[in-house]
Amino acid sequence: MKVGVLALQGAFREHQKMLEACGVESAQIRKPEQLDGLAGLIIPGGESTTMGKLLNEFNLFEPITRLGRDGLPIFGTCAGLILLARDIAGSAQPRLGLMDMRVERNAFGRQVDSFETDLDIAAVGKPPFQAVFIRAPYILSVGSGVEVLARYGEKIVFARQGRFLAAAFHPELTGDNRIHRYFLEKCL
Amino acid sequence: MVKKGTWTVKKGLAEMLKGGVIMDVTTPEQAKIAEEAGACAVMALERVPADIRAAGGVARMADPTIILQIMEAVTIPVMAKARIGHFVEAQILESLGVDYIDESEVLTPADESFHIDKNAFNVPFVCGARNLGEALRRIGEGAAMIRTKGEPGTGNVVEAVRHMRMVMGEIRRVQNLPVEELMTAAKDMGAPYELLKQVAELGRLPVVNFAAGGIATPADAALMMQLGCDGIFVGSGIFKSKNPAARAKAIVVATTHYNDPKILAEVSKELGEAMPGLEIQTIAPEQRMQDRGW
Repeated sequence: MKVGVLALQGAFREHQKMLEACGVESAQIRKPEQLDGLAGLIIPGGESTTMGKLLNEFNLFEPITRLGRDGLPIFGTCAGLILLARDIAGSAQPRLGLMDMRVERNAFGRQVDSFETDLDIAAVGKPPFQAVFIRAPYILSVGSGVEVLARYGEKIVFARQGRFLAAAFHPELTGDNRIHRYFLEKCL
Repeated sequence: MVKKGTWTVKKGLAEMLKGGVIMDVTTPEQAKIAEEAGACAVMALERVPADIRAAGGVARMADPTIILQIMEAVTIPVMAKARIGHFVEAQILESLGVDYIDESEVLTPADESFHIDKNAFNVPFVCGARNLGEALRRIGEGAAMIRTKGEPGTGNVVEAVRHMRMVMGEIRRVQNLPVEELMTAAKDMGAPYELLKQVAELGRLPVVNFAAGGIATPADAALMMQLGCDGIFVGSGIFKSKNPAARAKAIVVATTHYNDPKILAEVSKELGEAMPGLEIQTIAPEQRMQDRGW
């Protein structure tokens, strides 16, 4: 089994390390032909505008969207969450739009407002989960098919829709791979 | 409990910038061109290094008005430069809400003995380095990201290559040292011992390491990536070239596909003239920006 990590820009190596810790083989994805034979795909944190340009430039939007509709499990963190969302507040930037949710970019403010905190994620395991929010988005609202897995205060920061999983924070920057295990066990 | 300005949060933003290109911009219009080309962040300043070099005199932090206009113009992170040792410029930049501060040798140093205590700030810092000892001294002071110094404003990649090879070579050497030799190595390179021990264990710097100082073409960017850096700063290389938008986009693609010569060939076509280059030997020693800082 091989899980792809979109490697156009951002923290893709950290996700690969997490997958390695879970005993799963990973591959860096930069071109459409590299999508063949994947059991799942992770879209890492980074700049969603940069990734959007490169997804467009190398004709990756169409095949990833198609594979997603055909059942390829996809996990997006931070910028990955933005790219998975159907609706991005105040932005016309390109996206995969696979998850029925509306998100806001840089929703907690600039870098000086970036933070870490502990979250309760009952669906995944015993608290606490160390959650690192970096110029993070959050989910403003979700459609009926989307399950909210965690909130920070009132704000939705972790959600699942069938085989798609989206986190506003960065589990790959911590030593805790339970969220990656959850993706591998529940979505794949 | 919510914790801001932690080491994980500071270092984390640099992790998100990896594999990307950070571009120097001097106006909101340039910032938009950079964002549109796929820059993962911009560096807001009054003049690009080539113009600072040409103008001479004392180069200082940019006017906050320009920085704020640029922050308003784009949604990607905005960095800004403070003079080496000028912690008040850094305080001002932090209060403006910039996302990263570059304590930079491109500006005229404000202190000839001491760098800024970067641990005292919530905003993260990036600093230049020519070798492993210098990189680890900056990290010891709190820098959450390192870049090569190269020789800014020259359009000549040779010094960036020298510095990247130096850092990578020293890391490889340190990895092979028996533990009892590490203390002496730390003493010889003027590096904090605990950080050097971490480097020996990790086989890399404990923070993200970008290339900077002289990168002017897609091939330059890919060269630095193949030498092992995590991403690219382009200073004068974009807006001092004939066609900034096309060159910016080409350098972004080259940084992602640095290992694919066919794509590199494709994006290198018809970019128009690169910025005018400078031979390092023609720069008087006292004009070399890389020798600023210690």
